[in-house]
Amino acid sequence: MFDILLLICLCLIAVSILACIYRIIKGTSMPDRVIALDTIGINLIAAIAIFSVLLHTRAFFEVILLIGILSFVGTIAFARFIERGVVIERKRDQ
Amino acid sequence: MNASVISEVIAGVFILIGTLFILFSSFGIIRLPDVYTRSHAATKSTTLGVLCTLLGAFLYFWITDGYISIRLLLGIFFVFLTAPVAGHLICRAAYVTNVEIVRDTAKQRPKAEREH
Repeated sequence: MFDILLLICLCLIAVSILACIYRIIKGTSMPDRVIALDTIGINLIAAIAIFSVLLHTRAFFEVILLIGILSFVGTIAFARFIERGVVIERKRDQ
Repeated sequence: MNASVISEVIAGVFILIGTLFILFSSFGIIRLPDVYTRSHAATKSTTLGVLCTLLGAFLYFWITDGYISIRLLLGIFFVFLTAPVAGHLICRAAYVTNVEIVRDTAKQRPKAEREH
C-alpha cells in the first residue's frame, strides 16, 4: 500500500517534470526556460527523496544536497549571463 | 499499531501533500501568462512541496530506523534558502532585458525604470 502510494507520487512528479519540459520547449523568452530548468532540478530532489524512501536506503542523501547546490549555481550563472552578457567579470584595473 | 505503520502513515501524508504542491505548481508553469507570474508559481509552491517531501522522508527514517539524517536537514535548509534567491535573480534579469509583462500589470512598473 505504502509502496503503491510512493509510486503514484513518483508518477505525479514525472508529470510535473513533463510540464516543465513543455515550458522549456515552448517558452516565449530565455528566463522562462531558466525558471523551468530550475524547477526541474528541484523536482528531481523530491523524486530522489521519494525514491530513497521507496528503496529504504540512505545512500542517496548526498545526491539531494549535490543537486540542490548545482541547480542553484547553474541558475545564478544563467541569470548573470542574461543580465550582463558575461558570467565572470574581469577586474576593473586591467 | 506498531512503529512501521505509524511511520508509513506520517511519511505518506507528508509526501502526498508535497507531491500535490509540486503538481499544482507545474500547472501554474503551463497556464500562467508571463514570466513573472510563472516564476511566482514555480518558486513558491515548488519550494513548499519539496520541503514537505524531504520532511516526510526525514520523519520516515527517524521513526523506522531512529536515524536522524543531518544531510536531509541540510537539504531542507539549503532549498529553503536558495530557491527564492534564484527566482529573484531570474526575475530581475527578465526585467532588465525588457521581457514583456502581461497587460494588466504593465501600468505599475517599478521605480527603477524612471531612474535609468
